[in-house]
Amino acid sequence: MIPKLEVRGLSYSYHTMDGETQALSDISFSVAAGEFIAVVGPSGCGKSTLLSLISGLLQPDEGSVLIDGIPINDNPCTIGYMLQKDHLFEWRSILGNASLGLEIQHRLDERHLRMVHDLMETYGLKHFEKSRPSELSGGMRQRAALIRTLALEPDLLLLDEPFSALDYQTRLSVCDDISTIIRDSKKTAVLITHDLSEAVSVADRIIILSRRPGRIKKILPVIFQEDSAGPLARRNDPAFTSYFNEVWSVLQN
Amino acid sequence: MKSQETLAQQEFVRLQQRRYRTVLICRILLLFFLLALWEISARLELIDDFIFSSPTRIALCFAEMLQDGSIIRHTAVTLAETLISFCLVIVLGLSGAVLLWSSKTISEILEPYLVMLNSLPKSALAPILIVWLGNNIKTIIVAAVSVAVFGSVLTLHNGFSSVDPDQIKLIRSLGGTRRDILTKVLLPGSIPLIISNMKVNIGLCLVGVIIGEFLAANQGLGYLIIYGSQVFKMDMVVMSIVILCVVSAVLYQGIAYLEKRTAL
Repeated sequence: MIPKLEVRGLSYSYHTMDGETQALSDISFSVAAGEFIAVVGPSGCGKSTLLSLISGLLQPDEGSVLIDGIPINDNPCTIGYMLQKDHLFEWRSILGNASLGLEIQHRLDERHLRMVHDLMETYGLKHFEKSRPSELSGGMRQRAALIRTLALEPDLLLLDEPFSALDYQTRLSVCDDISTIIRDSKKTAVLITHDLSEAVSVADRIIILSRRPGRIKKILPVIFQEDSAGPLARRNDPAFTSYFNEVWSVLQN
Repeated sequence: MKSQETLAQQEFVRLQQRRYRTVLICRILLLFFLLALWEISARLELIDDFIFSSPTRIALCFAEMLQDGSIIRHTAVTLAETLISFCLVIVLGLSGAVLLWSSKTISEILEPYLVMLNSLPKSALAPILIVWLGNNIKTIIVAAVSVAVFGSVLTLHNGFSSVDPDQIKLIRSLGGTRRDILTKVLLPGSIPLIISNMKVNIGLCLVGVIIGEFLAANQGLGYLIIYGSQVFKMDMVVMSIVILCVVSAVLYQGIAYLEKRTAL
């Protein structure tokens, strides 16, 4: 079976006048359809670079990225990208922000607009469609950003520390919220995070990267008793601590 | 809501309102005091009102020129020239900034020239412009545009370059082109900057128009000032300056109103 996402021998270096910095070296892994992958690693190990490469925003020095077996640059599939901050534009209403991607891709027709309205309703933003981003709480803003991403019906979701700008309490509930939404819609997702407990609480597998240049140290499958358990339930599971300790010890040596 | 306000809140509001009133009354009193001082000094012949003019002489001069309609024509000419050059500055400033943003290489090539042109005293150009373009409105408009346009390009380009790179990454991740980045992020995000830049430019355009009219005009407030001083009609000179004050205040307030309208 062809994996949803396949990364083969990816390497990337940044060039400045002061010299060359190798960010990633020989990264290979594959992700099955509907799988939720978390990538952890020390800061500056090239986690965000990895996402930029997968999304095709950067071109790798070596290696290739395949989606459904087709190279990313020849593939018309859409990739949803969620960034650290929500980057909702203050000069647009929440609805205008949520439909920004559709507008850019000239797909803002009746059907898609209906879908954005439905997503708004599902995620409790129905009454805020006409509001400005500054009128919403951090969690609501992050949900609006997720709708902006989901409205494009992406084949693959890339999440670049999407919860790290939120305060701890909001972060737990938004993480629970959003990962449940992603699981229920059966999307394939790659989450980058520096929060180990977040990785353990949402992922099916955790990819652990080394210090720069980033290499894969270990790919750790995470299996909990009840498969449907959400992140908050997982945090209460006895297996949670042992997974956390395992990730921690791999990162340490 | 009024009934729910606490006494302390009412007291605070009352004090604030009283302060606003005091400021307004003192402003008006200061104006009348200065006008009265000027008038009385002229009447008592402490100053020579032939050279220093006086409020009544200015008013008389204004009434006289209002009757033959000439002051309206001169003011309208200056106003029209200012607005034309202002619009040109906005268009040229924005397109220049977009051009610099569209290519890092072009912006690096042009930057030293723009910085030099921006700091060059534009009044030095006026005599050359007369020779090149003639003794007409073209010279005045070009002079006014040259005063404001280079600074405008630099300021706007600087604003474009300081947009959060993650906002640009967002547009690219949604499949947007450079054109989308421009129309969805840079321009709407720069509206406050564009308006504050307009506030500066409207004043600079007026400066440029007056420089132009000093040298190459037979109508307009700048022409009146030069003509008046040459034939020693100081009433006309001072009156023109007073009208200029009013014109610049009105133009500035117009932009301030626009700013309020676009504020989020």
